[in-house]
Amino acid sequence: MSKILKITGLEKTYSSGNKQLTVLQDISFDVEKGQTFSIIGPSGSGKTTLLGLCAGLDQPNAGSVELCGEDLSKLNEDQRAQLRNKEVGFIFQNFQLLPTLTALENVSVPLELQGSKAAVKTSMALLDKVGLADRFHHYPSQLSGGEQQRVALARAFANAPSILFADEPTGNLDEETGEKVIKLLFDLNEEAGTTLVIISHDLDLANRTQQILRLKGGKIFSNETTAVL
Amino acid sequence: MNQNTNWLFKMAWRDAKASRVRLLLFMASIILGIAAVVSIQLFSTNLKDNIQLQSKALMGADYTIDTRQEPTTRAKAIIDSLKPDASEVNFVSMIAFPKNGGTKLVRVRGLKGDFPFYGSIDTQPTSAAASYQNLGGALVDATLMLQFNVKPGDSIKVGELTLPIIGSLKAIPGSTAISSSVAPPIIIPYRFIANTELLQFGSRKEYQFFYKASDTLNLERFEKTIQPMLEAEKADLDTHTSTSQRLGRRYDNVGKFLNLAAFIALLLGCIGIASSVQIYIKEKLSAIAVLKCLGASRKQSFLIFLIQIAGIGIVGGLIGSAIGIGLQELFPYLLQEFLPFSVEVSISAQPVIMGIFLGLFMSVLFALLPLLRTWYVSPLEVLRVDENASQEPLKVRLLVFSAIVIFLFLFSFWLLKDAIYALGFVLATMITFAVLAGIALLSIKTIRRFFPKRWSFTARQSLLNLFRPNNQTVVLVVAIGLGTFLISTLYFTKDILLSKTEVGDTSASANMIIIDIQTEQRQELQQLIESKELKVLDNIPLVTMRMHSINGELVNALRQDSTKQTKRWILNHEFRASYRDSLIDSEELLEGKWIPELKANDPVVVSISDNLAADARVGVGDPIVFNVQGVLMETTVGSIRKVDWGQIQLNFAILFPKGVLEKAPQFSVITTTVPDEASSADLQRDLVSKFPNVSIIDLRQVYTIVEDILDKVAWIINFMAFFSILTGIIVLIGSVRTSKYQRIKESVLLRTLGAKNHQILKISALEYLFLGLLGSLVGILLALVSSLCLAILVFKEPFVPSIIPFVVFLPGISLLVLAIGLSNIRVVLQSSPLEVLRREG
Repeated sequence: MSKILKITGLEKTYSSGNKQLTVLQDISFDVEKGQTFSIIGPSGSGKTTLLGLCAGLDQPNAGSVELCGEDLSKLNEDQRAQLRNKEVGFIFQNFQLLPTLTALENVSVPLELQGSKAAVKTSMALLDKVGLADRFHHYPSQLSGGEQQRVALARAFANAPSILFADEPTGNLDEETGEKVIKLLFDLNEEAGTTLVIISHDLDLANRTQQILRLKGGKIFSNETTAVL
Repeated sequence: MNQNTNWLFKMAWRDAKASRVRLLLFMASIILGIAAVVSIQLFSTNLKDNIQLQSKALMGADYTIDTRQEPTTRAKAIIDSLKPDASEVNFVSMIAFPKNGGTKLVRVRGLKGDFPFYGSIDTQPTSAAASYQNLGGALVDATLMLQFNVKPGDSIKVGELTLPIIGSLKAIPGSTAISSSVAPPIIIPYRFIANTELLQFGSRKEYQFFYKASDTLNLERFEKTIQPMLEAEKADLDTHTSTSQRLGRRYDNVGKFLNLAAFIALLLGCIGIASSVQIYIKEKLSAIAVLKCLGASRKQSFLIFLIQIAGIGIVGGLIGSAIGIGLQELFPYLLQEFLPFSVEVSISAQPVIMGIFLGLFMSVLFALLPLLRTWYVSPLEVLRVDENASQEPLKVRLLVFSAIVIFLFLFSFWLLKDAIYALGFVLATMITFAVLAGIALLSIKTIRRFFPKRWSFTARQSLLNLFRPNNQTVVLVVAIGLGTFLISTLYFTKDILLSKTEVGDTSASANMIIIDIQTEQRQELQQLIESKELKVLDNIPLVTMRMHSINGELVNALRQDSTKQTKRWILNHEFRASYRDSLIDSEELLEGKWIPELKANDPVVVSISDNLAADARVGVGDPIVFNVQGVLMETTVGSIRKVDWGQIQLNFAILFPKGVLEKAPQFSVITTTVPDEASSADLQRDLVSKFPNVSIIDLRQVYTIVEDILDKVAWIINFMAFFSILTGIIVLIGSVRTSKYQRIKESVLLRTLGAKNHQILKISALEYLFLGLLGSLVGILLALVSSLCLAILVFKEPFVPSIIPFVVFLPGISLLVLAIGLSNIRVVLQSSPLEVLRREG
């Protein structure tokens, strides 16, 4: 299997006043194409920072990130944005829908950015798939948390990404809704054959992925394949 | 338009649609700013035209040519080639009233043609002005009729001619100058002049020719071309523009004030834009981070909001222009009863185009700094909000700031047509901005340093709000302060100008002048006035004299020498000079030294007016010999005064210090104020019966014309000030209102944690009260400084600050800020926390 994400010797430090705070240190791992992968760890272990670096939202102080065959350090911000638009999907804990756009418009954005002429049609089909056919023209503030996350799911799959990053996808949902969203996530992922990287502190959720990377204090504690495999 | 551009416009529209309430506030600032600028520009143009028309009414014509002798052949040729629309011959003569045998020296004016072309002859009955020509009768000075107790229908004998009196003459254009002959006027049709047999060869007379000019004629250029030709023929040209210039600085200052009002209105709009976009974009940053996360480039993210802001700028500019045009069209109708004049409205495309461009420029420029944050916002903010991460570099900020300063300078230059004033305006604005921001930062530091840890929870919370992350202290103090500063500056300035237009308050200024009072009559006459409970305002000695020699050259020689540039009137004029030991309000020393008093053997120095100095070609130190009723008096010009002839009071071209003319043959002038027509008639009757030699000038008629113009000036000043102040208040409301979204989440959180309504109210109330008080107090204090500078440097008038900004604006604006602040969190108090968070996003 080819590698879709290759992390080598990653390090990230933040300066706080005169002090340097190392958040990630010596992180190296690979994610295979089509694999389901989870990164888990306690609060402050560096999970979210790692996600930002993997998706090209931030740049490391040392080490390299190779995403979909591209060395992110060699791309400028706009080129990284273009790569995300073509190859990456996102799901966030707090949904991160654009509040001034309707559900349909939110899902259409990644496709419209690609210049797709079938943006609306594809988005409608996706919203239909996540069970929101009757919510096309609702604004995020008019939707429940579960519905908002389902819109986010539809948006994440809209550009048929090669890799999808999900940051605590059920963190803001009740158990029942969370379960439904996870099922939908895995179903859609299986159908699309997308690589899925989940960031979570929920071990049950992590156990549903093929590989689990555990972080502790900014370092890799373990990187194991799960029983799912 | 390619697909990418299409998408940018689509996104801008989608976002704007959902943010319409917030964007409306932003648009309101543009609309108000532009509406104010456009309406002020249009209104001022129209009103300036209107005032100019009124100044024509002062003269009754566009220009006149007069000569003190029968016009020479060449002068006649010039006069005829210009085709006079009306003409007059006038001379001083005795008349008699056959009814009671009364006689009086009057100025007889024989009028031909439809004079006046502007304004009207004010008569009693009103119809007399139109009918005297056809009926072949006379119009007789109203005071004279009162003095001799004659009425319309009685007759008057002018030379060999007896005419019926058609009406009493109250006022006629062209006769407002107090310095004109004290002989009261009588108007008769020109065709009867020959029948009077008074115009013999050699008799003193004046010919006047009245002209109506086409609108395209440049009077100043025309005057420059024709005047020298006429002067060579001993004739003189006078235009209505020079008449309106007599209104002096008051008139000029209206234009300056209107420009100031337009500048302030626009600046207020800009503050509104800057403060509302600042907060609007701040709220958009997380959405922009999401967009970037989904693959939007920096340029795309920036352009979406730039298109939005530019679109709002154009629409706001268009609506603002439309409102501006509508306002100036509507006002004459709405305020018909209050307006002291009628305004003819003309609309042109220029202000609309200007309004749209201005709307676009000011919105983009003042939104640019917050807009640039969209470029620098990191997609990482989707995961972790970092307040400082999206800060644009200092170089970029300096660049935008410079562009703003250049825009302000160009706009002020366009308004003022004076680079120094424009620079002054911009510098004053920048200094104010810097002082306000500095004071806001200083107060934050001070509160932090001396934080009252023992205060109650609510008081501490409200103080904490002033310097915690997400605080609005600097933005609001600057917005409130700058708004108050501009409003107060306008108010102070309005007062400076209005104090100069208050001739309407006739209780302080004379409206009746009694001339030719003999020295021995003075005391008795004064007692008579005082017995009627009227005040003697001035008691001025008058000595008549002529110039005998100027700079050593005899006046007679100067008359013969055509190469000399001394104005002819100087050589022939009988001057009425006075003496006193101080200068009065209407005088300003330009050159030399004012000498109040001289001792018996001191060389005599006089003070002359600047126009006399120019026309006689003399300066300080030059000798002039006066012929004071047969006695030659050697003098030196000691000082030159600028005299505001627009002030309706007795002004003198030649003024002696005390100690020189006391023993010269003289008469006195006493001035008083009469409250109404009845008391005026009563006083005049008594004066005429007891002192038959005195002449009385009833200035109330002169006042009506000048007062009318100054009323308009006052109205414009008041209206424009009011309009700009209203703009300022609405912009303030907008600025404070936009801060709503800043505090709502915190208030909801506090409520979730169990805070009671009154606690949330108190926290917000104290915060807004502090911001309101600080901003408005600093704003007013800065306005005091700026108004003082304006008074001294621009309007050249004394400045006595009004108390209104302190007792009305300071508490008013503070309470307004408090009220809007509290209304901002009303939603939190009335609904459940979850409901609020859902609704407000």
